[in-house]
Amino acid sequence: MRRVNKDERARVTLTLNSRKVSGEAEPRMLLSDFLRHVLGLTGTHVGCEHGVCGCCTVLIDGTAVRSCLTLAVQAEGRAVTTVEALAARDGALNPLQQAFQNNHALQCGFCTPGILISFTDFLARNPKPSEAEVVDVLSGHLCRCTGYAGIVAAVLEAAGRGHKVE
Amino acid sequence: MKPRPIDYAQPDTIDEALALLAEYGDDARVLAGGQTLIAMLNLRLLEPAILIDITRIAELDAIREIDGSIEVGAAVTQNKLMAWPALAEKLSLVAGALPFVGHFQTRNKGTVCGSIAHADPAAELPLTLAMLEGEVVLHSRRGRRVLPARDFQQGMLATARAPDELITAVRFPVARGGAAFHEVARRHGDFAVVAIGALAADGHIRVGVAGVADRPAVAPIATSDVSAITDSVERLARELEGYDDIHASARMRRDILRRLAPLVIEEAMRCAA
Repeated sequence: MRRVNKDERARVTLTLNSRKVSGEAEPRMLLSDFLRHVLGLTGTHVGCEHGVCGCCTVLIDGTAVRSCLTLAVQAEGRAVTTVEALAARDGALNPLQQAFQNNHALQCGFCTPGILISFTDFLARNPKPSEAEVVDVLSGHLCRCTGYAGIVAAVLEAAGRGHKVE
Repeated sequence: MKPRPIDYAQPDTIDEALALLAEYGDDARVLAGGQTLIAMLNLRLLEPAILIDITRIAELDAIREIDGSIEVGAAVTQNKLMAWPALAEKLSLVAGALPFVGHFQTRNKGTVCGSIAHADPAAELPLTLAMLEGEVVLHSRRGRRVLPARDFQQGMLATARAPDELITAVRFPVARGGAAFHEVARRHGDFAVVAIGALAADGHIRVGVAGVADRPAVAPIATSDVSAITDSVERLARELEGYDDIHASARMRRDILRRLAPLVIEEAMRCAA
C-alpha cells in the first residue's frame, strides 16, 4: 500500500505528453498546481479550483478530467496529456485548434485549453457529434468572452472535416 | 483555494482500506472520483486527517449482474456505467438519469457509489436507486451488511454508513416496463432544482422525486384516468414540503413537480406500452 504523510513529499512519476517525467508533491497538491508549478507546463489554466469552470481540464489515460479535482499523487503511473501536446512540434495547429481560430472561438484564451482537451476526448469517442451533443459537453466549461456559438461552430467544423483529432 | 495538509493512503485491497477505516473512523474520508470531495477539500469545508484512495482497488472497478440486480462497484465511474452495453435494456431509468449527472468531464471521474454516498437530496443517482428499491453493500472489519436504499439515505447528506464502513457496491434491480426521467436545473449538469423519474410496469406506476424533500421520495400513482394522475401528483406535492434556497423557493419546487410529473409519467407509460 502506498502511503504519504502530510508533511512528506512523494516522488510522482508519470507520462506527460508522451514523455516520462517526475516531480515531488505533498499529498495535498492538486494535479493542476503540480503541472504548472512543479513540471512547468502553464498551458493548463486554473479558474475556480472547485470543478465548475473547466479551465484545468486535462486527459488522464485519454479521458478528460478536472485536474483541480485530482491530487498530484493520484497521477502516479498515469499518462497525462495537456494542451501543449495538441499542436505539432513546428507549431502547426491541429484540426481542432485550427477550427477554433477559423471560427473566432476564443478571445482572451483563458478557458480555451480546457475546452480543447474536452473535445479531444469527446471527438475521439464520437467523431460525428450532433450540435446538441457538442453543447452538452460544452456545458462543462465557462467562457466569459465570446459566448459559445463560435466554439460550437468550431467543434462541428473540426468534426465535419473528417479529420481524426488526436 | 487549496486543501489543508492531509495524509494520503492508496490501499491495494479492500482489507487494507477497511483496516485504515477501522483505525481512523470519522477522521478519514474515502476518495473515489473526488468530484465533490476534492472540491470540498479545496474550499476547506472538510478537513479530514487522511484520504483513503480506493481507485486502484481492482475488484471495486466492476459492473456485474447478480441475482437479477446490476451490481456497480465503488470505483466504477458514471461514464463507465453510461457506456455499459446492457444499460438501456436492463436499467432504462438509470440510462435516462445519467446524462443529467454532472458534466461529461465530471462523469469521467465521478463514481456511481460516490454520488450515493454523498446523499445530496437533489442528486439523480440516489433517486434512481430509491425508485428501483436497490441496495447498498457495506463492508467493515466487523463484517458485511446490505441495506435497502430507503434505510441507507437518512436525510440531507446523511446516511446509515458507520465511520468504519466502506461502500463496496450498490445494486440496482433490473426493472421491466417503461421508464422516464427528466429534471429542471438552472444549467444542464448542475444539481437539479427538481428531478423526477417514473416507472411503469404491469399497470402500476411509481414516481420518484428529488430536490423537494431532504431525500428522494417515491410514491405510487393511481392511473385509472388522467385526473387520477393529477390527484396523485397533487397529493405528493402537498406531502413534500420542499425547501427554499438560492435556486428556488419551496413553492416553486412543488409547482415544478405538479407540472413536470404528469409528463414524465405519461412518457413512462408510453415506453411500457
